Amino acid sequence: MRTLFEFIIFPGFLFTAIAGMVFSWIDRKVTARVQWRQGPPFFQPVYDFIKLLGKETIVPSSANSVIFLLSPLLAIASTTLASVILWKAIINPQSLFVGDLLVVIYLLAVTPLAVILGASASGNPIASLAASREMKLYSAYELPFIFSILVSVIKLNTIKLGEIILSQQSSGIIFNSFSGVIAFVVFLLTIQAKLGLVPFDMAEAETEIAGGVFIEYSGVPLAIHKLNRIMLLFIIPVFASVLFFGGKFWSIIVVLVLIILIRNTNPRVRIDQAIKFFWRTCLIFSIFAVVLATIGY
Amino acid sequence: MNEEKKRTVIPIGPYHPLQEEAEFFKLYVEGEKVVDMDIEIGYNHRGIEKLSESLHWDQSAFLVERICGICSTSHPFAYVNAVEDLAGIEIPIRAKYIRSVIGELERIQSHMLWLGLAGHFIGYNTVWMWSWKYRELVNDIFEFITGNRMHYAMMKIGGVRRDIEKKDIPQIEKMCNDLIPAIDLFKGAVTDDPVIHARTKGVGILPKDVAIDYCVVGPTARASGIDIDIRRDDPYSAYNLVDWKVIVTKNGDVFDKVAVRILEMYESIKIIRGCLEGLKKEPEGNFDLNVKEIPAGEGIGRHEAPRGEVYHYVRSDGTNRPVRHKIRAPSYVNVPSDQYAVKGYTVSDAALVLAAVDPCYCCTERVAVIDKEKNKKIMNGFDLIKLSQEKTAKIKNGPKIL
Repeated sequence: MRTLFEFIIFPGFLFTAIAGMVFSWIDRKVTARVQWRQGPPFFQPVYDFIKLLGKETIVPSSANSVIFLLSPLLAIASTTLASVILWKAIINPQSLFVGDLLVVIYLLAVTPLAVILGASASGNPIASLAASREMKLYSAYELPFIFSILVSVIKLNTIKLGEIILSQQSSGIIFNSFSGVIAFVVFLLTIQAKLGLVPFDMAEAETEIAGGVFIEYSGVPLAIHKLNRIMLLFIIPVFASVLFFGGKFWSIIVVLVLIILIRNTNPRVRIDQAIKFFWRTCLIFSIFAVVLATIGY
Repeated sequence: MNEEKKRTVIPIGPYHPLQEEAEFFKLYVEGEKVVDMDIEIGYNHRGIEKLSESLHWDQSAFLVERICGICSTSHPFAYVNAVEDLAGIEIPIRAKYIRSVIGELERIQSHMLWLGLAGHFIGYNTVWMWSWKYRELVNDIFEFITGNRMHYAMMKIGGVRRDIEKKDIPQIEKMCNDLIPAIDLFKGAVTDDPVIHARTKGVGILPKDVAIDYCVVGPTARASGIDIDIRRDDPYSAYNLVDWKVIVTKNGDVFDKVAVRILEMYESIKIIRGCLEGLKKEPEGNFDLNVKEIPAGEGIGRHEAPRGEVYHYVRSDGTNRPVRHKIRAPSYVNVPSDQYAVKGYTVSDAALVLAAVDPCYCCTERVAVIDKEKNKKIMNGFDLIKLSQEKTAKIKNGPKIL
């Protein structure tokens, strides 16, 4: 019963969804103010979600309907579980098992895979092009993403989220070290791709491929996919905060603000440029950070 | 599997977030690479040329103004040039200056609009919003001079419809000076940002010989190194009375097209300043010949619109209507060159290349303000016009520049 409560209400689905909507509203409002616009009202993300729930769900005749409809559920279930693990670690650092960090990394990798599955199953040529972009992007950013997490693991010598938080509280945050700063910058750039935001939103790119991976989605499945993105916008800053700042609340907001700033001051890059960027620049810097962390900087 | 079968068709249009207008670009792709493209246009035929034959000479100027919302003075400009060529009219020098001022202001607002859209197409929405925000300044100048923000209705056979009075000139000069920092901002943003360089340099190259083969005009041609500009090559209005130069670059890629347009905005401001200086020297009042009769004959008129050369041909049989009115608009010439320019680049580049020739949109909106609670109209068209007139009065009393 307790597990069910944790998964569905707090800190699981409901809490993450509500917090995600607040974060999404902050994102949209700040973006609007940067662009000299008024911005949406506070409940706009809720309105958007409810509106999509009321729309007809269309499954294209060319689609594999089981995989097509399973994809949003797969994505949101894994995101919810990741959120539960992260928040349990923050609330009670002693409570979880050794290796929960690895579980979170795996769970965060499910969303891109689910999106690729859903897009490939839709039978639309644009979605297949978008799925290939998402695949390339995922294979490009995942390695620097894991290397930048590795810095925290090496410096604190643990793969338990609770201990990562506790030892940062007692002996100073990772971000204070040289390797920590480099790892954080790489992490920040890779999560931009993980969240599907400019400059790495080429899998959705509405002016090029009209929504890309989500082009055939409508109604409830689209609402769930969008909600999943909104939840990720909340838990990935939380994850960054746990890894580099010891789970302090202010750092979640700082990460969110940095994400918004990056997304508003850059144009979208091409997929080949993104791969080059992640595999050359980001990978080299993250390996450099790992080496620095190993020798103690 | 043979070559043909590997190709996938990625449609851009007829309704697509990239070009919110009915145009259809059929991209044949292999993976991400565009190997060929088909262009289908002609979804929206409005029969303007035929309509023009049923209107008076003066009415046609208003009609052709409605061809395009963004370059709305270019068509009447070319049209009055054509009719004056037909009738052999030499307009007063004051009218020449005023026409050039309107023409150049329009170029600035059109280039700013395009710059914003180009930003939007590569996902840089901040540039989009900022550029359109600064474009409002140009619209304010228009409102100050003509009373309208779009569709200024300034062109008239034999002159212009309104004068720019001497007491207003310092105000207009000040408003133009306020535009310079905005253009500087975009120039800096485009020339300094490495990500914009990565997206635009060497993309969608249209070499000079191909550009000549496709007969492209305007900034699209000038970015490919073709030194053409109707304002200089066939001087009309006040363009040979003031000092300015034609911007030409060599590479023909998207970056050069951006650069040409940004640098042209500086030249436009230079022309406006020159014209305003000229206006100060001319006596007030003589800005319209009040032409009544159009003799039989035929005439052509050209104008360098923001997108390139606009060409109008009119034929008269001595009655009060044209018997034939032929229009050649620049986008119609420029769009086919995309077929060459997108080949070999990726789908991402194609979206930008298609937009780089600045295909022209036309849209008009009607607005009513409605009370949501009572579901009642609280402002109709007349109230909004009144509101607009109050705003014009406010601008006349000293505008608020950001």
